[in-house]
Amino acid sequence: MTYKLIGKDFTPPDIEGKVTGEARYAEDFKKEGMVFARLLTSPLPAGRIVSIDYSEALAMEGVVGILTTEDLPQPAAPANPSLASDEITYLGQPILAIAAVTEQIAENALEKIRIDFERRPFVVDPLDTLVEGGPNPYPKGNTLVRTGGAAAAGTTQAGTDVQEIKWPRDAINAFRAGRDPGPNVPWGTEWEFGELEAEFAQCTAIVEEPFVTIGQSHHALESRTGMAYWENGRCFFYGSLQSHTIGIPALAGMLGVDPANLVFINENTGGGFGGKIFPYPIMAVTGHLARKVNRPVQLRITREEEFYIGHARAGMQGWIKLGLKANGDVGAIDMIVIGDAGSGGGASGPGAANYVSLMLQPAAMRFRGINLYTNTAPRAAQRGPGENEMATALEPIYDKAINMAGLDRVQVKIQNAPDSTGTIGPQRGTLTGSWFPQAIAQGAEMFNWEERKQLSGRRNGSKVTGIGVGMGYHSAGASGYDGLLRIGTDGKLYLHTGVGNLGTYSYASVVRAAAEALKVEWENCEIVRGDSSLNLPWSTFQAGSNTMFTEVRTNNAAAQDAIRKLKQIAATDFGGEAAEYDIDGQRVFRISDPTQGLTYAAAAQRAIDLGGEYSGQAFPEDLNAITSRSVQALAGTGLIGVAKDTRHTGTVPSMTVGFMEIELDTLTGKYQILDYACVADCGTIVHPMGFSQSMRGGGVWGVGLAGYERLVYDTQNGLPANVGLYQAKIPTYLDVPLVTQHGATNIPDPQSPVGSRGVGEPSQGCACAALASAISDALGGHQFNRAPITADMIINHVAQLDHFNTGNLKTNTF
Amino acid sequence: MTPRLTRRRFIKSVIFSGAALSTGAGFYLASAQTRQAGAVERLVSLNINGRTRRVDVMPQETLAYTLRYKLGLTGTKIGCNRGECGSCTVTINDVTHYACSTLTHSVKDKAVMTIEGLRAEDGTLHAVQAAFIAELSPQCGFCTPGQIMSAVALLKTNPRPTRDEARQALSGNLCRCGAYDHYLNGVMRASGQLS
Repeated sequence: MTYKLIGKDFTPPDIEGKVTGEARYAEDFKKEGMVFARLLTSPLPAGRIVSIDYSEALAMEGVVGILTTEDLPQPAAPANPSLASDEITYLGQPILAIAAVTEQIAENALEKIRIDFERRPFVVDPLDTLVEGGPNPYPKGNTLVRTGGAAAAGTTQAGTDVQEIKWPRDAINAFRAGRDPGPNVPWGTEWEFGELEAEFAQCTAIVEEPFVTIGQSHHALESRTGMAYWENGRCFFYGSLQSHTIGIPALAGMLGVDPANLVFINENTGGGFGGKIFPYPIMAVTGHLARKVNRPVQLRITREEEFYIGHARAGMQGWIKLGLKANGDVGAIDMIVIGDAGSGGGASGPGAANYVSLMLQPAAMRFRGINLYTNTAPRAAQRGPGENEMATALEPIYDKAINMAGLDRVQVKIQNAPDSTGTIGPQRGTLTGSWFPQAIAQGAEMFNWEERKQLSGRRNGSKVTGIGVGMGYHSAGASGYDGLLRIGTDGKLYLHTGVGNLGTYSYASVVRAAAEALKVEWENCEIVRGDSSLNLPWSTFQAGSNTMFTEVRTNNAAAQDAIRKLKQIAATDFGGEAAEYDIDGQRVFRISDPTQGLTYAAAAQRAIDLGGEYSGQAFPEDLNAITSRSVQALAGTGLIGVAKDTRHTGTVPSMTVGFMEIELDTLTGKYQILDYACVADCGTIVHPMGFSQSMRGGGVWGVGLAGYERLVYDTQNGLPANVGLYQAKIPTYLDVPLVTQHGATNIPDPQSPVGSRGVGEPSQGCACAALASAISDALGGHQFNRAPITADMIINHVAQLDHFNTGNLKTNTF
Repeated sequence: MTPRLTRRRFIKSVIFSGAALSTGAGFYLASAQTRQAGAVERLVSLNINGRTRRVDVMPQETLAYTLRYKLGLTGTKIGCNRGECGSCTVTINDVTHYACSTLTHSVKDKAVMTIEGLRAEDGTLHAVQAAFIAELSPQCGFCTPGQIMSAVALLKTNPRPTRDEARQALSGNLCRCGAYDHYLNGVMRASGQLS
């Protein structure tokens, strides 16, 4: 299909502010009388507060107020409270906040506070709490359980509770040794499809490997910041979220205010990567403290505090048995994941298992998993949660099986890759469409696989070449949100969006679908966003690569509603049926006589004159309350296009393949990435330069996950050992290839109006998997079974000191 | 640097307090440890973006703090406040510096340029700014001012850098979005080597 806007580059309206310094982030907003808050955080990984004496701090000149757990409702464990008292479960957990006229005074006041703590035993390795007799991270246990009945009775919150799950020591020992722990252990999740044993019996190459992936900080360069003030019962909150309007009900709930009385402003966000999808606990501190002291309050946390409060990727300790048939088909997979959910949040075992089930399309598969808490940083979604760390762990294991079978890695991966008949997960769910086998073939051609693979293992002095190929996936779409636009009497198209601005420019890309449908020149469009008082619709969360699919649908729905109204207005004025009219050139006109028609500006005025649904006085009943309020506020200002999106069916798969050549120095353990090429099957490319950004940025993230980033703790005291960017290194300019290549199948998704899907998360997955594959390849197929694979691990292996690397599946430590 | 503001003393004050529980010392501490009056002249003249600005500066105040919170130049971002990320990069006499790790008192009589000073008086964007737009260099944009200031300093001394020279010059600026390729494209475009 030929488009005027879709598939074309454009200049996003916010980019000039980013290069001039005029773009405003949460910390750049000020308000007269504003005071500053600082947090007192826990010096212990586990314990409770016996008593607090803050009288001396409160008496200090310049201190204007304090917020403690007595001011905030305490959610039941394992919900991460904004401030903790009775159940401290990680080092750095906020305990109280002080507001003062300067941050210095607030910080100095914290030192005047006297606290008596009671310590509890702590645990940083999930297997250390899973073993019988091991310490629990929470007083009540170590894992989340669903308690629907208890929730109905009102004795737990949201149907969840913390309970204890334990394994016998023999089972733990077996698992630590890389074996199935046996039949007599409890699980949190179990599923299976196909005839597992029968399929394994048909396999000629079977590999069985343990694996460990570790937590990583999100490292958004803008640390969590908020500023709030109250006026006449309304809260004005300047925050830093990935999403926008979808965060309003949750934030309003945190603050105890009707969502109608919350104005949320978030023009720019300095990175999120999954850590800022929804409102986070300390936003409640900002808002409640502002109300308590009756002054605007700004709370920003430090880089160091980001390592505690800012959440992290979940970790995994796992085991997998993978069977390949002689023809290269994946016959059966048996998989276990012990997920590390830190002190709260989710673990990623189920996502990891879904990834494996989709990308390898086994005839039979079993998954068993447990999510366990530890006294480490709370975990949250991080770019491809489950999928990307699993991709890193899986790819060398998959390669081992393929090599064992004497087959070509790329051919086998094409052979097992899902097409549109592929399925995912235990339910064997369907896909909206997939052309991933073509993507792998396209990538192989771009990378020149047939020639490059001959370089595998080539020696050049102390350096050896590794060739890797990896695959990334994430579900990339949702549906059912609202679209809203307005045609003004000035003839301009005002595109209202509640999508957040997390840096991908998707907020602008998706509204271009409405401009495309309405055939409006981009210069006549204005995007309305970033401030809920500007009347924004209910839009999707900004995560999971889902915006490009989900919000193209809502914008198209709003545009189709506007087109219908334009044609009806024209038919009212010129006679005939609406179907006799068409649009183009920002006019609606009679097809048989184009002189009979209205400009969009005139139609907008007629919409106001006619009232009713045309100008927003009436609107669909199925809209979200946020959209309804916005339409009501816009009523009478032009022609309103508004609609709730219908629902799609099936998983929206966004998939990528990456090819990498590295040269690994066996004397230093360091490697240089000589080439990286990646191809995505993510539907129609809506914004080519934005797509390039996603693919390249994801590639950088992949290098970090597979090669550098990790959170580690001192197991003696539970202290984090890396709380700086230099200690938990993220890739720099010098760690990634100077030039990379990327491409796309560019085949439209059948359930997106313009065929689009997002690609932010799988763009990382293929890169980290390709790097892990290349490192293993360079070392003759060696299995590190661990991510990240750091230089010291490589050196240990070369020196035949692998016992330092495997470490009996130990995690969260060096 | 004045005798009273030694590097040792500065670092000591910034590193701060192991006794402060885990309250995240160091975020702004360099800005305001109280000193005896008269120890350092506080009302100073600064040359910021070609203009002379009179400002009350505390002895251990960092340039990033002065720029953002006293002069309202919020384009200089604070990503780590301890010289790790480069978001606060400015030029001082055309050389890049991390403003979070530079004492304001040390830049008296020097020319400080921030992101806000690059645009011409008629509003025309600096070549680097225009190139960064053309190459869609920023993603979230938080590190962008620092990246631009490093690029501007590079092109002053090396108007036609190779791509590798550019990445060496910008390697003190982290970008968590991973927009490195697009920033390098911007540098190459600004230097007339990419059209």
